[in-house]
Amino acid sequence: MEIRNLICINCPLGCPLTVTLEEGEVVSVVGNTCPRGASYGRKEVSAPTRTLTSIVRVRNGHLPVVSVKTAADIPKEKIGSVMDAVHRIDADAPIAMGQVLLKDAAGTGVDIVATKAIRRI
Amino acid sequence: MERYDLIVVGGGPAGLSAALSARRAGMRDILILERDDELGGILNQCIHSGFGLHTFQEELTGPEYAARYVSQVQQLGIPCRTSTMVLDLSLTASGEKLVTAMNRREGLLSFTARSVVLAMGCRERPRGALNLPGYRPAGIYTAGTAQRLVNMEGFLPGREVVVLGSGDIGLIMARRMTLEGARVKAVAELMPYSGGLQRNIVQCLEDFGIPLLLSHTVVDIRGKDRVTGVTLAEVDDDRRPIPGTEEEIACDTLLLSCGLLPENELSDKLGVALSPITGGPIVNESLETNIPGVFACGNVLHVHDLVDYVSEEAGRAGACAAAYAARADLSDRDPQAVAEEVSLTLRPEGGIRYTVPQTVRPAHIEEALLVRYRVGAVYTDCTVSVWLGDVCIMKQKKKKVTPGEMQQFFLKKEALSAAGASDDIFVRLEKA
Repeated sequence: MEIRNLICINCPLGCPLTVTLEEGEVVSVVGNTCPRGASYGRKEVSAPTRTLTSIVRVRNGHLPVVSVKTAADIPKEKIGSVMDAVHRIDADAPIAMGQVLLKDAAGTGVDIVATKAIRRI
Repeated sequence: MERYDLIVVGGGPAGLSAALSARRAGMRDILILERDDELGGILNQCIHSGFGLHTFQEELTGPEYAARYVSQVQQLGIPCRTSTMVLDLSLTASGEKLVTAMNRREGLLSFTARSVVLAMGCRERPRGALNLPGYRPAGIYTAGTAQRLVNMEGFLPGREVVVLGSGDIGLIMARRMTLEGARVKAVAELMPYSGGLQRNIVQCLEDFGIPLLLSHTVVDIRGKDRVTGVTLAEVDDDRRPIPGTEEEIACDTLLLSCGLLPENELSDKLGVALSPITGGPIVNESLETNIPGVFACGNVLHVHDLVDYVSEEAGRAGACAAAYAARADLSDRDPQAVAEEVSLTLRPEGGIRYTVPQTVRPAHIEEALLVRYRVGAVYTDCTVSVWLGDVCIMKQKKKKVTPGEMQQFFLKKEALSAAGASDDIFVRLEKA
């Protein structure tokens, strides 16, 4: 039996979770206040994921950069390769909020989308 | 001179929410004044996600959260002047508020308003307020300045970074700088606990292997033109550096995340009474300051952890401002009746640092009043109780409370029905 103590990162409450594993399988998650905590606990010990946010340079925009995010969580170990892909994005204004700037970033199947509207100047 | 029912000073999350709720309460002539080029305030540089879980039941980034409010303001046609800096607030002889502002297009501007909502937000504690020893080279930034440079202007202000202070912005910038290719060598925190949220310690530091050194501070900054390194040392229980624990770290950048200060220079000029503890105005249950018709909300009132709470609080301030300005004649209140009205003072005791609001007029509460508070240290298994004189009217058990996490309770109107004019409300923290 293996016990892992985690902090849930779903919301600012930061519930302290105790995840119990038996031969690599999760048998219980305690300490969570909501169901999201339980699923975070299960995922975090097997295949942890994160939302990644960053910026992309924009040509002809009212601002020099646009903020972006992964449209869904990506595997934690892919953060570095997705950042490399984000750095290579070439964007031209105008950009709408929610616009896909890169499809399937670094083979994760997850798109990079703009989180802000940029006007063309 | 342009005349308004309400002028909102600041177009960040607090100002936007206050203006929207005042408009929905039926107020017509509203003006938002914002010094930056666009609305949204500090949310524009907070590109990380985690906003809106309470308000929208989904996780948004800062710019997305701001856009939801900005688009509502635009839909309702509430006038805004951006790139416009408010320089002065004062009172006219008739009790109206005189707002002096400036912008490049129109020059000096004067407005009058029946009511004002203060929503100027807060500033970061700068190096000068921290008494840090050492040289004064380039390369020392507040975490928020670095955040603006990286996220809005597209500059990376350094390659090898030490962060002093573990507030949320410092933690988030440690991750942000790492993602952009910088090496963050350590986050040093003077206190024995972090000032930031646990979730940020996990996803901003632990995910990237950045060490968090509790009970540590910067005792020297080296470099004449540019930072070349800092010296960290462990501190004792009195926060004094312990000789022999010094460690030199080579770096070109020092980020400071050592607390936020409500920005109340304008409030002070107007004669608004400020709390020495929160740094913000002292307000009653309507979030009204000692000057009738002047309300405060958001980080100018007290520093919040979550923008969702700012929006909620500002919504109440906007509704109260609308109710105030709707009264036919501002001088219609019988001074005698005002003086005799029951107004209770909330007195924080034993571990509670402050409450907002600080005073309560039970007659002005609808059913229950939301009171927010912070504690002065970390406590586990404690009880927070509220007393009207010597009668306990509310009790809540807490597993763990920390100074970095704002707490709240509801004060029920019926519980205050027995209150006399000279009663106080005591908010007490007791260890189990």
